[in-house]
Amino acid sequence: MATSIPTLHRAEAGHAGEDVRSDLRVIFEPLATGAVEIELHSRVAPFYGQAIEAQARAVLSALNVSRGRLILEDQGALPYVIAARIEAALRRAGLPPGRRALPEPVPLPPPSPRDRLRRSRLYLPGSQPKFFINAGLHNPDGVILDLEDSVHPAEKDAARILVRNALRSVSFGSAERMVRINQLPAGREDLEEIIPEAPDAVLIPKVEQPDQVREVSESVGALKLRAKIDRPIWLIPILESALGIENAFAIASAAESVVALTIGLEDYTADLGVVKTRSGDESDYARRRLVNAACAAGVQVSDSVYGDVGDLDGLREWARRARAWGFQGMGCVHPRQIPVIHEAFAPTKAEIEKALKVVAAFEEAQRRGLAVVSLGSKMIDPPVVERAVKLVNQARAMGLLPEAANSPEGGER
Amino acid sequence: MTESVELVLNAAGRRVPTRVNGKDQTPFQGVGAYRPQGAKQAPPIRSCVDYPPSGDKRMPSLEAALRACGLRDGMVISSHHHLRNGDLVAAMALETAARMGARDLMWFPSASFPAQAVLIPLLESGHIHHIEGSMNGPLGDYCTRGKMRGMGVLRSHGGRWQAIQDGEVKIDIAVIAAPAADCFGNCNGAFGKSACGSLGFALADSIYADRVIVVTDNLVPFPCIPWQIYGNNVDFVVEVDSIGDPAQIVSGTTEITRSPDRLKIAQDTARFVRDAGLMRPGFSFQAGSGGTSLAFTAFLSEMMREAKVKARFVRGGSTRYLVEMLREGLTDYILDGQTFDLDAVRSIASDPRHVATSPFTSYNFHGKGNIASLVDVVVLGATEVDRHFNANVVTHSDGRLLHGIGGWQNCLTAGCTILAIPSFRDRIPIIVDEVTTLTGPGELIDVVVTERGIAINPRRQDLLDAVRTSDLPIRPIEEIQKEVEAICGGKPQKPARTDCPVAVVKWVDGTVLDTVWQVGCAAEHSAAPEG
Repeated sequence: MATSIPTLHRAEAGHAGEDVRSDLRVIFEPLATGAVEIELHSRVAPFYGQAIEAQARAVLSALNVSRGRLILEDQGALPYVIAARIEAALRRAGLPPGRRALPEPVPLPPPSPRDRLRRSRLYLPGSQPKFFINAGLHNPDGVILDLEDSVHPAEKDAARILVRNALRSVSFGSAERMVRINQLPAGREDLEEIIPEAPDAVLIPKVEQPDQVREVSESVGALKLRAKIDRPIWLIPILESALGIENAFAIASAAESVVALTIGLEDYTADLGVVKTRSGDESDYARRRLVNAACAAGVQVSDSVYGDVGDLDGLREWARRARAWGFQGMGCVHPRQIPVIHEAFAPTKAEIEKALKVVAAFEEAQRRGLAVVSLGSKMIDPPVVERAVKLVNQARAMGLLPEAANSPEGGER
Repeated sequence: MTESVELVLNAAGRRVPTRVNGKDQTPFQGVGAYRPQGAKQAPPIRSCVDYPPSGDKRMPSLEAALRACGLRDGMVISSHHHLRNGDLVAAMALETAARMGARDLMWFPSASFPAQAVLIPLLESGHIHHIEGSMNGPLGDYCTRGKMRGMGVLRSHGGRWQAIQDGEVKIDIAVIAAPAADCFGNCNGAFGKSACGSLGFALADSIYADRVIVVTDNLVPFPCIPWQIYGNNVDFVVEVDSIGDPAQIVSGTTEITRSPDRLKIAQDTARFVRDAGLMRPGFSFQAGSGGTSLAFTAFLSEMMREAKVKARFVRGGSTRYLVEMLREGLTDYILDGQTFDLDAVRSIASDPRHVATSPFTSYNFHGKGNIASLVDVVVLGATEVDRHFNANVVTHSDGRLLHGIGGWQNCLTAGCTILAIPSFRDRIPIIVDEVTTLTGPGELIDVVVTERGIAINPRRQDLLDAVRTSDLPIRPIEEIQKEVEAICGGKPQKPARTDCPVAVVKWVDGTVLDTVWQVGCAAEHSAAPEG
């Protein structure tokens, strides 16, 4: 391989300029003779100039490029971003796929349980690295590294390398690491790049037919096998059209790894030809139908994003109603939406108190060997007990109850 | 640099010069260790016989006033910075003095601003010898590149009062820009088209300077009330068309940061104050006017409202957020040093509970106490902090002058001093092995709040105990440092700098705490705007 070096041409990747932070522009220029030349412009050069140059050389060497000039216009980019931009520039310059320059990994977080809390998922535009590094600090239940609508078509190739590096090198805390891929077939290239870094979940956009989910599921399965990944990578189809909503149950049941359904209201209202309003009345039917289909298929269901970042009251109202309808979470486009959503999706004090009473009555009945559970003068049906146990567990997972003190599972001490 | 300087190690282990601008210096001896002897500086005795009995001290022009003050080469001319980046008077005074042929002047502002880069030609031409006062932007670059003939001297607001009062700096002519004044020289900052709130930074100048000129664009009939500056200390009054650009004096409105990371820092800071039990009835706090500080104030207000806790006083720099607290009854008083937005300017002019203070009452270390040490909680910024909680606020990590000290050093004596700062900026770690320029000794800094956790100074076992049961992310400072270095790709290199001092940082007692060293080549033209 190394003997037949292809001819590379001038190319660039990344962003630079006054208003850019935590990113860089990389320009590759082929050189007829000589070795590697690095030209660095960076305000952090007094602190990391040597480290950046060493890294640039290491990346070129990993990509098997032994000559050429790299011009780096750096705006304080972190090492994983520098590696991604150099690799993207070289691919654009004509480097054939196959070789990767992978940055230093952080420890892989534990696998994501199927039934974990998914109240909030924070969208991060896949070509804007400045938002990545601190996203986990805001404690969303999930982060979505987005390769789809927030990435310009001309930037897709570079974004998937950047997102791959972020999955590998950025700690997102306790958040589930998700990627929204593009629709297939472009999405297949996304998968090839990201699956080896074991994201916890893949969001599939604009799903209308169960086959779309099966296709992704098969691709993911094959790539997992190839990369020897034996932990779950869940699928979350996004339904964004009338047809998708009509097929919701079949979509939710299309693959074992589907863990939740969600809805994209911008596209859905466009499909219907109606105006998206603050109250969202126009999508009542679709959202209720989605809840029912997900429940029938035994998967979670999550609401759309609330786009007006400034309107936290509107968000709170929306989220409370979503919970009342049966949604377990929603998307966010700004970290400040996270605490509002978590609060709205939390059971109320009164709900928790009542559930605790029911659970206590149930345990009491168990201990005394009674078949019938009663609370005061009221008989309690099994589904009520089941719901109470679920709610208490949920409250505990959200940190609303002390650990294990009154666990419905019996409370190991 | 003109003279070769002898350097000694001070009590903080920093190399400092023993002479600065021809005057012997006392190296820093430790917090609270230095006790100067002797009497305060005093201006000459004046008699009212030499002033018009009508009280009309007006002069037709600044030039006439400067001439009447006996302007000579080598004089010290002072100005205040209440008009901030909108100030026209300091430049007007120095340019007039230069036109009159005066050379080797020392400019002694209470702070300088980027707009005053217009004075660089006067430094180049020799009319101004050097500046003692905060320098940032182009003036900061000019000084750090070693182009100034004298050494820069950076003092806190309280340190400037102390230096004037103790006779370290003798002001020959104080030029006081006044948004409202009468012809006797009484003046204030509360009213007029150039209103800026308080004039506290000019108070020492008015008391101790040999000669005092008030420059106003809003002459009112006697009496000008309130008289924040006494006409009895004023020699001449000059009327001009404009003392400043109102748009640059106060912001129309100050805004909370929108950065989610900074909001998190602000919120965690407020939660710390609450959970550590510092937010108790009758408490007091001070936070600055930066976006993070404003957000802290907003978050704390919310928590005070919830817990029904009222403060006895809040220290300004004031903004509409403090004004709202005052109006809502969340605090009894605002004790204000400077006024940052229009709401605050209106409030100080109309609400007797919104009180203008001066560095004398607030910060002066050589007085019989000061307000700063009575404040329960203060929230500050910093450019760097080390593992022993020593902090830098004046230079960028590459050694360039970036900020003035302001009241920062003086505030460190509060009951609980908190630095609310991001753990890295543009890949540059903020928690370092050694700060570039020591501005505040770590023994006075209690808590560092970053987006990646809260570090409490091990000296403050009481605070560690107070938050033991809270769910705040309390972590050792070394652990945060290590995490950030892993993110940023290892420890940063040591940036190159020369061994030539260009400025000194004074401690609040007038001793020399640290030295600012020349960066880059003096011959190179200063260019790059602030990054």
